[in-house]
Amino acid sequence: MRLEANNVSVRYGQRVAVREVSLAAAPGQIVALVGANGSGKSSLLRALAGLHRHGGVIAWEGGHPPPGAIGYMPQDGNTRVALTAFEVVLLGRMGTLTLRVDAADLAAAEAAMAELGVAHLAGRRIGELSGGQRQMVLIAQVLAANPRALLLDEPTSALDIAHQLHVLALLRTVTRARGLTTLAVLHDLNAAARFADRVALMSEGRLVGIGEPADILRPLTIGPAFHVEVAVDAGSDGHPVVLPLRARGP
Amino acid sequence: MSAAASGPPSAGPSSVGAIAGWRAANARRGAICLAAAGLAAISFAADLATGPALLPIGAVLRALAGLQADPMIDAIVRNLRLPIGLMALVVGAALGVSGAVMQTILNNPLASSYTLGISAGAGFGAALAIMVGGLLPLPDAWAIPLAAFLFAGLACALVAGVGQMRGATPELLILAGIACLFLFQALLSLLQFLASPEALQQIVFWLFGSLLRASLGKVGVVALVLALTLPVLMADAWRLTALKLGDERARALGVRVDRLRLRAFVIVSLLTGAAVAFVGTIGFVGLVAPHVARMLVGEDQRHMLPASAVFGALLLSCASVASKLIMPGTVFPIGIVTALIGVPFFGWLIRGAVRAA
Repeated sequence: MRLEANNVSVRYGQRVAVREVSLAAAPGQIVALVGANGSGKSSLLRALAGLHRHGGVIAWEGGHPPPGAIGYMPQDGNTRVALTAFEVVLLGRMGTLTLRVDAADLAAAEAAMAELGVAHLAGRRIGELSGGQRQMVLIAQVLAANPRALLLDEPTSALDIAHQLHVLALLRTVTRARGLTTLAVLHDLNAAARFADRVALMSEGRLVGIGEPADILRPLTIGPAFHVEVAVDAGSDGHPVVLPLRARGP
Repeated sequence: MSAAASGPPSAGPSSVGAIAGWRAANARRGAICLAAAGLAAISFAADLATGPALLPIGAVLRALAGLQADPMIDAIVRNLRLPIGLMALVVGAALGVSGAVMQTILNNPLASSYTLGISAGAGFGAALAIMVGGLLPLPDAWAIPLAAFLFAGLACALVAGVGQMRGATPELLILAGIACLFLFQALLSLLQFLASPEALQQIVFWLFGSLLRASLGKVGVVALVLALTLPVLMADAWRLTALKLGDERARALGVRVDRLRLRAFVIVSLLTGAAVAFVGTIGFVGLVAPHVARMLVGEDQRHMLPASAVFGALLLSCASVASKLIMPGTVFPIGIVTALIGVPFFGWLIRGAVRAA
């Protein structure tokens, strides 16, 4: 489901969080939204998910998305609840759930857990899982609705390196296999360079640039956006490798 | 970074029985609810058997079935104790459900009609009706509950009104509830200060909470409110469950959080108002019953709401029995008994939760 956003702006009262951002994303590709804290990434994602009023035009496949077509995973949430992982994933089928749960909803939840390799956690309480397992279960929840686009707000925050790599590799696999349009807010620029097809760099609510990782992740773009001095090398596999040198101060 | 897709560091073998496991867990939860309902039935029978005259259970059951030959026992069971026993069940169930819903929509385990000032509102309403009793066109037996119900609704409306403010959070709602509690307690103190000695005695007795004012008509009113509101809440069970994951995640799942919270709050005000109007201020049932339900059946609201109702009914029925056994020949006010039983029980629950953490 192709996304085209033109001149999107988001306000919180008088404060403008996103200023006239225009970007496009194609099915089967991951776009990484990167930028300093407070640069408007999460606000843009919420607007794209239809959860926040916005200026400008957001078109999914040329118009409004059908119900359930966008799977949005927010950054915040409460996981200290007495629900099993399976029940959390089943909630992803909210649009069709009834008191007597249909076999189709159960099958979709089970399939999403199997796809992400967390079926063995089905009976465990979500609060008992490790950070990485929990994140996989929450992604399975989003996938259980069979969305056509994924909007993920920091899906790898608070994960160790191994789990970061696993989550991002799985996201890439799922995005390709299902032909999803995936936008993910990422803080790790090297992970963005390695796993994203395109990188969108934001600074102070504006889109600084969007393109191939090697075109966007350069000292002259990253430096001012993050207020740091960086060096960027070419990795052995061709992806840029970002080395932070020192902070310039906010 | 090239070994990214090799698998999660802690991945275990894939399970083939997620659905089967979930169905087994649901069956277990259903069995727990049925067992609790069985205990409530036993407690109900014990409630009918205890009192100044201790009756054999067999005689109680025969009286209930209309087979009792002794008209005295028949009158005691059917006319005196049956309304009280049934009132304990329906009020306990109503308080249990309303506490569960409040804890869910406010995402706070301390939320209940008591801690959010709804019971205090009802208390003020009842005290006001007692003070101006002669001026009302209704007999006291109905005027006092009606005033209590209306002021419980007013307390709910005040809290819900704050909830409709732009940017209101569950924390703000709880603060509004606590403010409401202090407001109505202060107004109640003012009425007590101004009341005549007779009216003051009546107010204090109402505030203790008592099942002795029960009648089958009043039981019918509470049961009707429960029967009308529980299905509405059950229709929202999945949405309420999603709310447990936080507002933002519930919105992401397509839940219209603000509307759900308002709808649930209105239903809770009806339930709580109906419950406390007839029996007075009863604490801890609305707080403890949902905790017990959560521990035993989890937070899937399809199970937790009925379980909270059953455990609420069981708790209040047990308290009703205890109220007659503490001091033989005297029926202790039920509100005092629930607090006396509830506080140590709550302490035990907290201890268990801390150990499990």
